[in-house]
Amino acid sequence: MKNKLHIGVLALQGDFAEHIQKLQGLGCSTTEIRLADQLNNIDGLIIPGGESTTNAKLEAAVGKTPIFDAITKTAKQGLPIWGTCMGSILLAKDIEGSIQGRIGLMDITVRRNAFGPQRASAEILLSIPVIGEKIFPGIFIRAPLFIKAAKSVEVLSSIEEGFVMAREGNLLATAFHPEMTEDDRVHKYFLSIAREK
Amino acid sequence: MAKTNSNGHIGNGSSNRKTGTIVLKRALPAMLKGGVIMDVVNAEQAKIAEDAGACAVMALERVPSDIRKDGGVARMSDPQLIIEIIEAVSIPVMAKARIGHFVEAQILEELGVDCVDESEVLTMADEENHIDKNKFAIPFVCGARNLGEALRRISEGAAMIRTKGEAGTGDVVEAVRHARAIFGAIRRLQTLAPEERYSFAKEIGAPIDLVNEVAELGSLPVVNFAAGGIATPADAALMMQLGVDGVFVGSGIFKSSDPAKRAAAIVKATTYYKDSAILAEVSRCLGDPMVGRSAKSLSESELLAVRGI
Repeated sequence: MKNKLHIGVLALQGDFAEHIQKLQGLGCSTTEIRLADQLNNIDGLIIPGGESTTNAKLEAAVGKTPIFDAITKTAKQGLPIWGTCMGSILLAKDIEGSIQGRIGLMDITVRRNAFGPQRASAEILLSIPVIGEKIFPGIFIRAPLFIKAAKSVEVLSSIEEGFVMAREGNLLATAFHPEMTEDDRVHKYFLSIAREK
Repeated sequence: MAKTNSNGHIGNGSSNRKTGTIVLKRALPAMLKGGVIMDVVNAEQAKIAEDAGACAVMALERVPSDIRKDGGVARMSDPQLIIEIIEAVSIPVMAKARIGHFVEAQILEELGVDCVDESEVLTMADEENHIDKNKFAIPFVCGARNLGEALRRISEGAAMIRTKGEAGTGDVVEAVRHARAIFGAIRRLQTLAPEERYSFAKEIGAPIDLVNEVAELGSLPVVNFAAGGIATPADAALMMQLGVDGVFVGSGIFKSSDPAKRAAAIVKATTYYKDSAILAEVSRCLGDPMVGRSAKSLSESELLAVRGI
C-alpha cells in the first residue's frame, strides 16, 4: 500500500481549489489538471463543481488532445474518478434532455438543475451508511439529481426526489459538494477507493 | 422575498433541509471560479455566451459602453427579457439592480435569477445606503475598489466581490488598480500584530471581525472576480495572474467585431491563464476589439467606480 496518494483535480473551471485544500489536509499530494498529459502518474481524479457546458467547451484546448477522451482512457484502465455536482453530470452516460458534451462513463441518468434556481439550492442532512452512521451535511448548489441507474450501480445515498450518491466500480458520483463542508468523510471514502486500486 | 423561519434560516422546507443560508449563498460563486461571466442584454446574446463557454451571464438593460454613450437613467432590465434569458440557457443567470434599490432586487429574486449584481454601472437609487443583502435568499455580488469597500459590502451580505474597474471603457487599468489595492492591503494586513488590526480596521472603514477573518484566511472570505474594462484574452489572463478567481466581461464581447470568437477566446484565456503558448494562440485573429476609451480621458462626472463606496 502506498503511503501518500497523489490525486489530480480537473481545473478547467470550478471549485477545484476547495478539493485541493481538503486533499492536502488529508495528507495527499495534488495536481491541477488542465491538459491530457497531466493525467499520468495520479492515483485518482476528482472532477469538481462548476459549469458542465463551460467545461465541455474547454476540454479540447487549442491544438491538444481532448482531455475527456484521455480521462475515458485512464478510467477504463481503472483510475478511480469522483465527480461532485458538475463532475457527476460529466460522468453520467445520460443527461436528461441534453446532448451537451460529457465524459459519459457511468450508467446513470442525471437531471440537471433538478432543484431549480439558486433560491432552491439547499443544505440537506444525508444518511450515507458507507461512511458511517453520523449524518452528512449535503450542500446542493443548483444541483443535479440521479434519476435512473443500471444494476451495476450501487446507490449510496438518496433523498425524497432521487438519489444523490452512487458508485459504479472505480467511479463515484455525488450531486452535492463535500468540498464545501468541514466534514471530510466522503473525501476519505474516495481515497479508500484510490488505495484499493 | 423569502421568509425567515424559526430556526433562523431563510426559506422553508423540512427540518433537515435549509435554503438561503450564507453557506449556500457563498457556495454558488465558488462554482463559477476560473470562469467568465458575460454581460448580455437579450436571450440571443445569452445563448452566444453560453455556447462560447461562459460560466454565467449577467442580464442588464444596456451594456456599460452604451450607458456611457446614451446617458439617461440606467435601471434593472425588463423582467420579460430576464425570463427569456433564464429560459434560453442552462448556466446561472445574474442580473443587475441599482445600488440601494432593494425593490429591483426583490423583483429579480422573484424572477428566479441566481445572483443579483448591486451595480455602480446603473444609476444609483440611494446615495447613502446599499441594499441589506442579508435579507435575501439569493447571493449578491458587489463592486469594490479597495479592501475597505469590499469588507463593507460583505458585512451588508455580499456573497461575492468584483473589482469595479471602469466599466464600458475597454481599458483594464482601473481593474488592475483595484485588484492590486485589495491584494496589497491583504498582504499588509497579514504583517500586522493582532492589536494593530483595530487601527487598520478604522483606517479602511471596515468591521474588525471581518478584518480579523481576512488576516487569518489571507484572502477575502468570499469569491473575488475582476470586472470593468476587460476586453481581450490577455486582459483576462492578466487579472487571473494578479490573483482574482474569475472575470466579468461587459461591453468587451458584444461591442467587438466577432463576439462569439472573442468570447470563446477569453474563456480559454481564463482557464489557461499561465500558459503563454495557449494565450498566444487564442489571441490570434479575433477581429477588432471594442473601440474603447482610456479611463484617464473620462471627466469626473463620467466615472462609475466612485458610486457607492
